[in-house]
Amino acid sequence: MYSAIVFLPFIASIIAGLFGRLIGARASELVTTGALFVSAALSCLAFYDVIYLGHAQVVHVLEWVVSGGFEADWTIRVDALTAVMLVVVTGVSSLVHLYSIGYMHDDEHRPRFFSFLSFFTFAMLALVTANNFLQLFFGWEGVGLASYLLIGFWYTRPSANAAAIKAFVVNRVGDFGFALGIFGIYAIFRTLDFDAIFAAAPGMAGKTFIFAGHSVDILTTLCLLLFVGAMGKSAQIVLHTWLPDAMEGPTPVSALIHAATMVTAGVFLVCRCSPLFELAPNALAFVTFIGATTAFFAASVGLFQNDIKRVIAYSTCSQLGYMFVAAGVSAYGAAMFHLFTHAFFKALLFLGAGAVIHAMHHEQDMRKMGGLAKMLPFTWAMMGIGNLALTGVGIPYLFGTSGFYSKDGIINAAFLSGTPVGTYAFWLTLTAALMTSFYSWRQFLMTFHGPYRSAQQTGDARLHGHDDPGHDHPINLSDVHEAPIVMLLPLLVLALGALFAGMIFNHDFVGPDALGFWHGTVASVAGHHAPGTSVELPVWVELAPIVATIIGFAIAYYYYVMHPEFPPELAARNGLVYRFLYNKWYFDEIYDYLLVRPTFWLARFLWKFGDGRVIDGLGPDGIAARVLDGSREAVRIQTGYVYHYAFAMLVGVVVVTTWFVWPLLLHAGGLR
Amino acid sequence: MHIGLANYLFVAAILFTIGVLGIFLNRKNVIIILMSIELILLAVNINFVAFSAYLGDLVGQIFALFILTVAAAEAAIGLAVLVVYFRNRGTIAVETVNLMKG
Repeated sequence: MYSAIVFLPFIASIIAGLFGRLIGARASELVTTGALFVSAALSCLAFYDVIYLGHAQVVHVLEWVVSGGFEADWTIRVDALTAVMLVVVTGVSSLVHLYSIGYMHDDEHRPRFFSFLSFFTFAMLALVTANNFLQLFFGWEGVGLASYLLIGFWYTRPSANAAAIKAFVVNRVGDFGFALGIFGIYAIFRTLDFDAIFAAAPGMAGKTFIFAGHSVDILTTLCLLLFVGAMGKSAQIVLHTWLPDAMEGPTPVSALIHAATMVTAGVFLVCRCSPLFELAPNALAFVTFIGATTAFFAASVGLFQNDIKRVIAYSTCSQLGYMFVAAGVSAYGAAMFHLFTHAFFKALLFLGAGAVIHAMHHEQDMRKMGGLAKMLPFTWAMMGIGNLALTGVGIPYLFGTSGFYSKDGIINAAFLSGTPVGTYAFWLTLTAALMTSFYSWRQFLMTFHGPYRSAQQTGDARLHGHDDPGHDHPINLSDVHEAPIVMLLPLLVLALGALFAGMIFNHDFVGPDALGFWHGTVASVAGHHAPGTSVELPVWVELAPIVATIIGFAIAYYYYVMHPEFPPELAARNGLVYRFLYNKWYFDEIYDYLLVRPTFWLARFLWKFGDGRVIDGLGPDGIAARVLDGSREAVRIQTGYVYHYAFAMLVGVVVVTTWFVWPLLLHAGGLR
Repeated sequence: MHIGLANYLFVAAILFTIGVLGIFLNRKNVIIILMSIELILLAVNINFVAFSAYLGDLVGQIFALFILTVAAAEAAIGLAVLVVYFRNRGTIAVETVNLMKG
């Protein structure tokens, strides 16, 4: 059964990829989507079996790499942590497959698209079912590859290619750290097996090794290296720049890869390695710091973005920061819980945005939308639910959307940790909650309420929609139409999850039953506050997130419904803060100046001088030129006149004859 | 005066040298080259005949006859080539025969 979960998407991907032309687009869609739904159903069974019946197990699939003392098998490890991920990955993936049938219906390359999607799912499943770091790394790179292929799916578009390359390169930076971490783990523990490493880890606590004359704490170093990988994959600050650009890909891809699953791989990694991280408090503090900073930073950038997908992309970045905050304060259950609920509502938001974009004929600029609620009532409702869940609306002690439980749980956990960095995280995440509420409702109100603005000049051509260049003309409101049923059905399912997943699973993931739920797959160390002990919280802390949410909504409502003329004025005034946030803290510009341009300069130098002048000049080109010189001289011997050749022949004959005859003559003379 | 082998060989050597010089010093006409080749062949013939008479062996004279026929055939072929060449290039000046020039 577990093999089927992992390998069905792989088989489907191969069928759609290799035989897609043969069997046609429709068959490819059906094969991949069908395989994913079977896989998702089996995953739900596995979830029940592993978590509630306690049948965690490791399925050995094949002997993978054996080299000397090194051994890594391909296994399927199914424990509570994996089971949660299985449900998230296959669930969202199957819904996205279904949705894509509608969204991509007029694309010529559907078999390729579905093949990539299924391949991504396979790689992600290989990642979450890994029992050693090598297989984890395989899945890690596999999802990176799929992400690259899908961001650049519309390969005729230069911006999509650039975004794909950017995503790949930035991820390489993170993966470099990750690979170093894996090397280090093997060097220290002599194995890559999770269980063996986690068992041996306590013995390594506090031990140091000498690096460049300094003694460095082993576990802190390893954890930081692993976390660098997680930062790249999960788009944390410093390595986040690829995620917003990744929105160049088709919207279902954004929903599946860049919201629900792949970007959460970093959180999964930290949770999986929680026994290591628990022994490295400095690394944990760093995780918290980065997570909180990202949550705040990304939310602040999201405030003034005008591209409907970019707002959600920054929101994703911000929410991932929340998850890392939770992991950093040892509330791994809360991190996984937020990962779980976030997958629902963020996929819902992306797919909803996709429905809007679909309805608007690939227009992504929110300034050209507005008043769509009348035309798209169903999408309006779904996006509304998604925003309710994202902003964490709920009535304390009574009922809440999923974000209400998971996000507020993280904010509370940050407060409870009591460390300085935890307090830092608490205030930043709280502020980010306010901003989250503002940008979410701003996006919602700009899209669905107010007057329809398609015909208006927006005055800024830089950030216009990318989904289809060529749609510069305004779209008539009467042309806007609700998406087909295959696109709306996944929205409905995800909306149910977004509304109720938090309430249903709150007790299991972080509540009093958490220990029984996780079966010890995430570390819970004595001395830390057990997750979900919200009883100790002061009332103001408990109420703070919901208050922040309400304030954010109120500001958004004030600016975008009651006084819709203010925001364009604000943009026109182009103040310092506005520009700073609108340009994403100038991260891209700084990187361009500090890294990209010097790299290009160095590359050009090495190319023109190092390779062109030195290597080619002394090597192939130089030798060829000398040969040419020599032959230019030699060619002058060839006059073409017969008598010259004849003369040369005669001279030759004379010389050879003399050579042989002269000794004979001497001999004869000697005789005489 | 007794005419011995050395005299014959001397004449043949002179003829041979004239033939060779005819080839190398001549810059004008391809026909002269052909004629020079004939001279060289004749010099060889004289050597053959002289040695044949000197050694009392008829094989040398038979060889001379063969060489005569071969020379005739060669002259015919050479002239034929020349005619075709002239048709193509319009001249048989030796300086222009340099298509092989590198």
